[in-house]
Amino acid sequence: MSVCLTLVCLFCAALLGGVYVLTLDKINQEAVKKTNNAIALVTPEFDNEPSSESQTVSLDGEDITVYPAKKGGETVGYAVESFTSKGFSGTINIMVGFDMDGNIVGTSVISHAETPGLGAKMTEPAFYSQFEGKNPASFRLSVTKDGGDVDAITASTITSRAFCDAVDRAYRAFQKIVNDNSK
Amino acid sequence: MSKLSIITNGIIKSNPTFILVLGMCPTLGTTTSAINGLGMGLATTFVLILSNVFISLFAKMIPDKVRIPSYIVIIASFVTVLQLLMQAYVPDLYASLGLFIPLIVVNCIILGRAEAFANKNTPGDSALDGIGIGLGFTIALTVIGLVRELLGSLSLFGFKLAEGDGILAFVLAPGAFLVLGYLMVIFRKLTSKKA
Amino acid sequence: MEYLIIIISAVFVNNIVLSQFLGICPFLGVSNKVGTATGMSAAVVFVITLSTLVTYLLHYYVLVPLGIEFMMTIVFILVIAALVQMVEIILKKISPSLYQALGIFLPLITTNCTVLGVAINVVTKEFTFGGEAHLLNLGETVVYAASSAVGFGVAMILFAGIREQLELVGVPNAFKGIPIALITAGILAMAFMGFSGLV
Repeated sequence: MSVCLTLVCLFCAALLGGVYVLTLDKINQEAVKKTNNAIALVTPEFDNEPSSESQTVSLDGEDITVYPAKKGGETVGYAVESFTSKGFSGTINIMVGFDMDGNIVGTSVISHAETPGLGAKMTEPAFYSQFEGKNPASFRLSVTKDGGDVDAITASTITSRAFCDAVDRAYRAFQKIVNDNSK
Repeated sequence: MSKLSIITNGIIKSNPTFILVLGMCPTLGTTTSAINGLGMGLATTFVLILSNVFISLFAKMIPDKVRIPSYIVIIASFVTVLQLLMQAYVPDLYASLGLFIPLIVVNCIILGRAEAFANKNTPGDSALDGIGIGLGFTIALTVIGLVRELLGSLSLFGFKLAEGDGILAFVLAPGAFLVLGYLMVIFRKLTSKKA
Repeated sequence: MEYLIIIISAVFVNNIVLSQFLGICPFLGVSNKVGTATGMSAAVVFVITLSTLVTYLLHYYVLVPLGIEFMMTIVFILVIAALVQMVEIILKKISPSLYQALGIFLPLITTNCTVLGVAINVVTKEFTFGGEAHLLNLGETVVYAASSAVGFGVAMILFAGIREQLELVGVPNAFKGIPIALITAGILAMAFMGFSGLV
């Protein structure tokens, strides 16, 4: 009886180990691909490989990864992998792209766990397109309820605030990297 | 029983969702949109077919006393295989179904079919039973997802049909219960007329 | 203070049955009588708290050091199954009266997805309880697990109360049984939505 159970367990363990090894590479590749797609979505046109030239900026004690987008050897913008822990449920990771004047080129949500139908609407253009082309120097990154310029998602003020927090973090990281690189 | 009737049996007469009322958690939890419902249905079908085949292959070798633990180990392994494959090939769907993928392990449909069908039938028939029940489940989930998506966010399979927000409650928890309740009534009406 | 937020959030706002859809099978299956619903809930509180504690420790002290987190599902379900069996044996030995009350519910609990659901949730999901999103520590895990289970109990007992009344009302044939129960659950879920914004 116990021999049999052991055999079943061994068989299953072998199966699992095999599939794990087979899929490991693919899973990691997918993660890299996701980052690359997000970078391409939010930056001006580039001809380098931003993911291989990434830099880290330290902000509020957290390391933030920044990907420079270059064309003809000249930096045309940055994609900042930002996050916020102020979401309704769990951390929200977003990629925010800036051109060299500090205008937001685009934003793209990498991962989140917000409620479908409510907070998850931040992945729809109706919400995120309002950031495109805006410069945080003049565009106040907080929801209208708090005196800012961002129209919150209906019934999802917490998510909208969190999104602003993440974009703001990205902007500060962008300013820092531009500062550091011009020295 | 003919091969075809094994399959249709799973879709209509013992439809896991509308008639047997099994596996309610993923049915309610993942059907916020038609795509999610379809994805969850197919994921469950995958595990169901594989576990049915393997259990019917090994049924004679496994002593009665350790039957249930062995089944659970086999099912849990296939679920983990599925988790890894989904992470590798459909990461977005995996992220949106979340917790409900590992929870396929405790979906009563799978253990139920192992006990009620797979351990006394041939692997071939068990595979067909898996396909039938799986299809029944998938169709039910897709329909529920379709209705909830249509009412809740005015779209079908992700395509927006009209501007506006729809009735939010249908995407959230209460809508899931209500839609399933009413669909069950409709299904009962339709099938009882036929009989 | 934080523990209080966790309790309110898990019992009412994010009720495990009515807003996270876990444990629907027992919720529909054994909610005909308030008495059985109470028994089931008590058994669930007991098993969830214990099993989540064990799986939490197992995850951080065995699976993570070995780098085999992907085995989580299979390990957790085995632990839960073994634990339920053990609880049954121990209860039989030391407290026959408690065993009489909870015994018949224990075998059902292995396939109650709240148990596995909560166990997986606490090690994979980040929670926001008024503050920053973070993975739970040991203390929070125990409080969260226990209050999720209490939330299950609250929903279960309330629902059983309603269903007892429902027995006495004339219902169209096609609605009898599960469909009307689901619609009732939908209305109950709507009532629980009123708690959102509380935390």
